[in-house]
Amino acid sequence: MIDKKHIGRTTPPQTVDVEKGRLKFFAKAIGETDPVYTDEAVAAAAGYKSLPAPPTFAFCLEMETNSLWDNIAAMGVPVGKILHGSQSFKYHAPICAGDRVTFQTTISKIYDKKGGALEFIHEDTTAKNQEGVLVAELERVIVVRN
Amino acid sequence: MGQPKFADVAVGDQPIRLETDPISRTTLALYGGASGDHNPMHIDIDYAKAAGESDVFAHGMLAMAYLGRAVTSWVPQSALRSFNTRFTAITRVGEKIVVVGKVAEKMEAGSEKLVRLDLAATNEKGESKAAGEAVVALS
Repeated sequence: MIDKKHIGRTTPPQTVDVEKGRLKFFAKAIGETDPVYTDEAVAAAAGYKSLPAPPTFAFCLEMETNSLWDNIAAMGVPVGKILHGSQSFKYHAPICAGDRVTFQTTISKIYDKKGGALEFIHEDTTAKNQEGVLVAELERVIVVRN
Repeated sequence: MGQPKFADVAVGDQPIRLETDPISRTTLALYGGASGDHNPMHIDIDYAKAAGESDVFAHGMLAMAYLGRAVTSWVPQSALRSFNTRFTAITRVGEKIVVVGKVAEKMEAGSEKLVRLDLAATNEKGESKAAGEAVVALS
């Protein structure tokens, strides 16, 4: 069982660059063909300062901070036992290529079900851009299969 | 395609449908690289077998990315206010993802007219893989 003392564990703020080439690669990987995600002229015409990050990409940027693996390791959970249970986003402002986004992740809940056969870890993350604007809030639920 | 108008949208409408190609090992390798999720469970069959799985399986967030694609094919991403997904079953190599989005609720919050969409991702047999909601603002 995961020690509940880890509730409240907060990773130090970490900043990630939003790279244009990475956004194009991500669009390819998810089969996204809307040119707003790959053609800067189309993105500009849609009002973006550069290529926009698709809806789930904030999660990918947050993964760059290593907070998931850092938290998992701190709690002593084997990587092979985890599943992604759910994911939520609240959007406040666009994230675009060229932005530098700072993430901070806090473990907000740890609990178990089925007599400990399944454990759940909730992690809340804030994402702020280089101007200090809160661009997105994320919540990740990790399931541990014991 | 014009943007949908709040007045033209009714609860029960099903404006969103997307069907992907079957998920291949290449899909998972590209998604692993592009997403930055390098968990070997999704890209290394030796690791997956050692962990007790029969094969690698898809990242949950790949299914959510498909849900996101489906939503932004209906409204521009600037209309998206919130988006959540529960992963209900593992998606295996060779399965397709079929996304259906229905209008579940129309509401107003502050000065915004909002539509809540119920989103479902299944495989080609209709077996649930992920379910979620998106809230979008319409004019």
